[in-house]
Amino acid sequence: MTTAYTFDILVLGAGLAGMRAALAAHEGGAKVAILTKVHPVRSHSNAAQGGINAALTDRGDTWEDHAFDTVKGSDFLGDQDAIEILAEEAGQDILALEHMGVIFNRNDEGRLGTRRFGGQKRARTFFVSDFTGQAILHVLYEQILKANLPVFEEWFATSVVRDDDGRCAGVVAFEIRSGQFAFVKAKVVIIAAGGLGRVFEPSTNAMICTGDGMAIAYRAGTPLMDMEMVQYHPTTLKGKGLLITEAARGEGAYLINKDGERFMEQYAPNMMELASRDVISRAEQIEINEGRGINGCVLLDCRHLGKRVIHERLGQIFEEAKTFANIDLTEEPIPIRPGMHYSMGGIKTDVDGRCWDPQGGWKGVPGLFAAGETACLSLHGGNRLGANSLLDTVVFGRRTGSCAAAYAQSVEEPRVNNSVSDKDHNMVQEFLKRKAHADTVAAIRLDLGVTMNKHLGVFRDEEGMEEAQGLLPVFRDRWNRVAIQDKGRVFNTSLVQALELGMMLDCAQTIVRGAMIRTESRGAHFRTDCIQRDDENWLKHILMYHNPKGLPRMDYLPVRITQWKPQVRVY
Amino acid sequence: MPTTFRIKRFNPESESPQPYFQEYELETEQSDTVLDALIKIRESVDESLALRCSCRGAICGSCGMRINGHATLACKTKVVSLESPDGTVQVEPMNNMPVIKDLVTDMGGFWDKIRQVQPWLQPAGPKPDAEYIASPESMKHLTGVMGCIMCGACVSDCAALEVDHQFIGPAALAKAYRFVADPRDGASDSRLLALNTPGGMWDCTRCMECIEVCPKEVGAMDRIMDLRAKGIDQGMPSTCGSRHAEVFADLIEHKGRLDEPLLAMRTFGLKNIGQMLSFLPMTLRALVRGKLPRSGPLHRAIPGIDRIRRLFRHTRNLP
Repeated sequence: MTTAYTFDILVLGAGLAGMRAALAAHEGGAKVAILTKVHPVRSHSNAAQGGINAALTDRGDTWEDHAFDTVKGSDFLGDQDAIEILAEEAGQDILALEHMGVIFNRNDEGRLGTRRFGGQKRARTFFVSDFTGQAILHVLYEQILKANLPVFEEWFATSVVRDDDGRCAGVVAFEIRSGQFAFVKAKVVIIAAGGLGRVFEPSTNAMICTGDGMAIAYRAGTPLMDMEMVQYHPTTLKGKGLLITEAARGEGAYLINKDGERFMEQYAPNMMELASRDVISRAEQIEINEGRGINGCVLLDCRHLGKRVIHERLGQIFEEAKTFANIDLTEEPIPIRPGMHYSMGGIKTDVDGRCWDPQGGWKGVPGLFAAGETACLSLHGGNRLGANSLLDTVVFGRRTGSCAAAYAQSVEEPRVNNSVSDKDHNMVQEFLKRKAHADTVAAIRLDLGVTMNKHLGVFRDEEGMEEAQGLLPVFRDRWNRVAIQDKGRVFNTSLVQALELGMMLDCAQTIVRGAMIRTESRGAHFRTDCIQRDDENWLKHILMYHNPKGLPRMDYLPVRITQWKPQVRVY
Repeated sequence: MPTTFRIKRFNPESESPQPYFQEYELETEQSDTVLDALIKIRESVDESLALRCSCRGAICGSCGMRINGHATLACKTKVVSLESPDGTVQVEPMNNMPVIKDLVTDMGGFWDKIRQVQPWLQPAGPKPDAEYIASPESMKHLTGVMGCIMCGACVSDCAALEVDHQFIGPAALAKAYRFVADPRDGASDSRLLALNTPGGMWDCTRCMECIEVCPKEVGAMDRIMDLRAKGIDQGMPSTCGSRHAEVFADLIEHKGRLDEPLLAMRTFGLKNIGQMLSFLPMTLRALVRGKLPRSGPLHRAIPGIDRIRRLFRHTRNLP
């Protein structure tokens, strides 16, 4: 009943990181396939609006400045060797994208133009209007078509398989359209399955961002790192939490409170609205908590930018504000508030995407690689700078694909029986057989999301996190018993959502656990019960290993510092 | 407010799979989109309702479907914005593609047609050391068509595709235009030649549905017209399509209105005996019903034709 496929490399996920990795691995001579639960152009990289950073030396910028801004933005939790690579290789990757066909905005000389972005002293953000992610995603997909790489479209991966030696041997997955399970054997699996935004409600993230990649890697025995670091974006719409790009502030928009004051003067007098995201989100939340907001929001004012700038450079959010908030940005300020946006944490990798340490400093799964938001190098540490995530995906997607191709040539085929998929297949059968009762996947997911947003949001404390910690086993127990109405095999979206919820519960546990253990405030992790950064005890990463019988097993790694000693962080 | 949703369902696993409509009564809020409503139905009434959705913000292109008869994105359509005679909201899968289940369609054919236009940049000459130099206007112009999210709405509602499955369709043609109009691309001539064939750019019937339904204002039909103009400008070999356009304009310039028999004769050529004979049955039927259009000397120029000719001269002299 099980089909089997064999490749050198299987890439899970077809967003920017996944497709970039697949192309690099293909160029490296490997036999590559992509497996993704949605069609590649539906991936969430689409939603990146503002741009992609690079310090180009011919513009008088230096990679060191970009690296320092990133280190400072990370609140000194980012690993500086990885950040140096990111900043130094950014230029070549931007040019590679341009050569592939990305229609980056041009200046009057016909060369690439830039805009300003938060947490950075220079304008080094390259962009396509305010749909940069979509513009790059579609071009990378064009390159996938050109290379004619096989894509398993709308397939859902249920687990990473390891062989008897503990090496990665492929994944088990099923085709959503037919319900058919398969074992996809591969010497290398590159996980590039994006973030976990839906663990929180609301979130800017698409409904597909359910932490699947992180969860299946974690279950396979590789550690997740710094999971407590969850970014709240300063400008999201009330209600569903849709994103309003930082590019609005990059182009000069103001944040004002109900009295019309540009309140960032109080919190970040130098950088104002372009301070880093954690700083602005906290400032907004304080304004709202202290009664200077309007219905739980503050205001983003774009009016003075003028119609031309708004239509040419912020066209998508103009439409978004009109459609979803019924507001004309050129006439009225728009209510916004901080909203869950990005996971700095993820699957621990080295600077080539490996999820194991060849030197043995930490343990993982040989043959497993990861890139993009799923991964944690750590580049972004405690707080990611805007427009560094797209850069992360292309630089480390490429590096991961190249390294994976070389690795695949150096190892033999994994030896595994095709029946490895039976376990997951049986698990799904068991799910489908459960008798219906009152509880639903949607209800559990909502309870989880609301709990996480309430207790693991912009401000955290021991008491709230303990409450969340106490509720997680309850949610898990409900998930263990919940039934789904749809018993069919074809395009059973309820089944997919039930499995996703299982992934989200694993991710949630690591977030809560990490946040409780880290008894300091750093970057996006702000505890009102310990408000200071504590470099003496916490200039280190928290690694978590899956423990099917209880709480995750912990380990720690020091932050790698090359040239920037931690200093007081002001904007 | 209470709203009735009339949803076209299809379950391929049922004993005799046939599409049918199912109604759901739902309390909706002022801010709800059709997608919000469908999700509420799926979460609280009927989990088996299948649809694709992801971003909720009109950027991923997953939730293309037909709402009250027109293709659109469910996430971009407010329930309150809809009007229908009986107050119900009718939701159906996209047209011009097979249905897999409920509102989920098979877009394999859609992507096959995108692939046909070789949708990747094909630059002439070696890559420069730095970026390609391109005017800011040219890149800004392309953002319009790069805004396409491949949702399929234009293809769903394309009237030409409904009768001619070979037609490559508005999405693929807009994608082709994206390269033809890119100053960095070196393959414009071969791209245009490939589209100057049956099923290509001349098969659009200019019904404007693709412009009407596009949620991202890509304006596919306008891009198709741009492709045709570029083709003619580049001296592409004439086809029925390009001759049709030229003869059409010529007849209007001379008579101020269309001489349909002459249009057909000049487009296909009188010597094209087979084609001319194939018109015979239709001509006879039209004659019997008294609907045969006048032609030739019987079909005179309209009064004030001078003014129309002046318009033509003026348009030709435009930069």
